[in-house]
Amino acid sequence: MKLGRVIGSVWATAKVDDLESRKILLVRPLALDGTAEGEVYLAIDSVDAGSGDTVLVLDEGGSAGIVLEREDPPIRTVIVGVVDTWSVELRS
Amino acid sequence: MNFARVIGTVWATVKDPTLTGIRFVVIQPEDEAGARRGAPLVAADRVSAREGDRVFFVRAREAAKAFPTKFAPIDAAVLGIVDAIDVPAERTP
Repeated sequence: MKLGRVIGSVWATAKVDDLESRKILLVRPLALDGTAEGEVYLAIDSVDAGSGDTVLVLDEGGSAGIVLEREDPPIRTVIVGVVDTWSVELRS
Repeated sequence: MNFARVIGTVWATVKDPTLTGIRFVVIQPEDEAGARRGAPLVAADRVSAREGDRVFFVRAREAAKAFPTKFAPIDAAVLGIVDAIDVPAERTP
């Protein structure tokens, strides 16, 4: 799983059935020092996250199906937690 | 999942039997602002996207799961057509 920050949301009327009534959020990857790192991607929300939240993001299809309670959905990227804080010792 | 723009279509008569009836589009990956990111690729289309549409797509094993057989040889699939993107001014914590 990875850390990210929710920066917005996506509206899509035409989409696959597995995404029906799912919230699609835009996530900016975060490095462990909290700085933005890499390209923004889309993730399916499962914890009612919102813009500005730091989140825990899953990127694996099998687990995504379990979290979303769907059999074999075409989805691998799911927000599975809202991060309160984290701590890490970065060695240089 | 990432954003992309549909820039073309691919037709193939001779193909793996599990690909029958599936539409293929050429997509150019983009960032959230619409700037190109990386090389174009061919993706299976689940949502009847048209050239010029902004879409989002998934790569890897999950792409094949967008189709009824679940096991077609597909490594990229268009999952939706973007109506709007809402990005409020980013807060710095």
